[in-house]
Amino acid sequence: MIAAALVAIMIVMLIALIRTCIGPSLFDRILAINTFSTATVLMISLYGFFNQRPEFLDIAIVYAMINFIGTVALLKLHRFDDLGHDGDET
Amino acid sequence: MIEMLLGMLSTLLIGLGCIFCLIGALGLLRMPNFITRTHAASLIDSLGAILILSGLILEAGLSLITIKLLFILAFLLLTGPTAIHALVNTAINEEPKQITGDDK
Repeated sequence: MIAAALVAIMIVMLIALIRTCIGPSLFDRILAINTFSTATVLMISLYGFFNQRPEFLDIAIVYAMINFIGTVALLKLHRFDDLGHDGDET
Repeated sequence: MIEMLLGMLSTLLIGLGCIFCLIGALGLLRMPNFITRTHAASLIDSLGAILILSGLILEAGLSLITIKLLFILAFLLLTGPTAIHALVNTAINEEPKQITGDDK
């Protein structure tokens, strides 16, 4: 069952990569990368159980954090043209 | 008996999670514009992750692994909708015309 779940998550990642390549706007690409990263977290967890090595879950935790920070950093860079901006609207 | 029941329940949850992930990916590929694609992608972030990680929790039994899985689940549930909200907020502020039309 876990092997079938791994195959399904790989199909999800493949579709996210296709959307990353063809996505018309920048936001479509960021959305697809975000989806790809969520699928990666799920796949690392499933792979740990598939290999009887649940230590992989630590890597999944770190990857979830990197995913969120990366998405927000990309959006901030796009909106303010500066990663060190203090966040005021004007 | 109870182990068999737990195994069947975890298989059911992981299978349902995979089906939701595939539906979300199909929506991500086929939906006509950016907002609807966001709707489909948030399905993977919320329901797919909840179901798959719940199935893994039932498979693992009660140990440190369960705590780690709960941590991943809580983190995904906190950050996924936040990231998508920030994304749509930025998109609406920057290019409102480009994202609402049918861009096929």
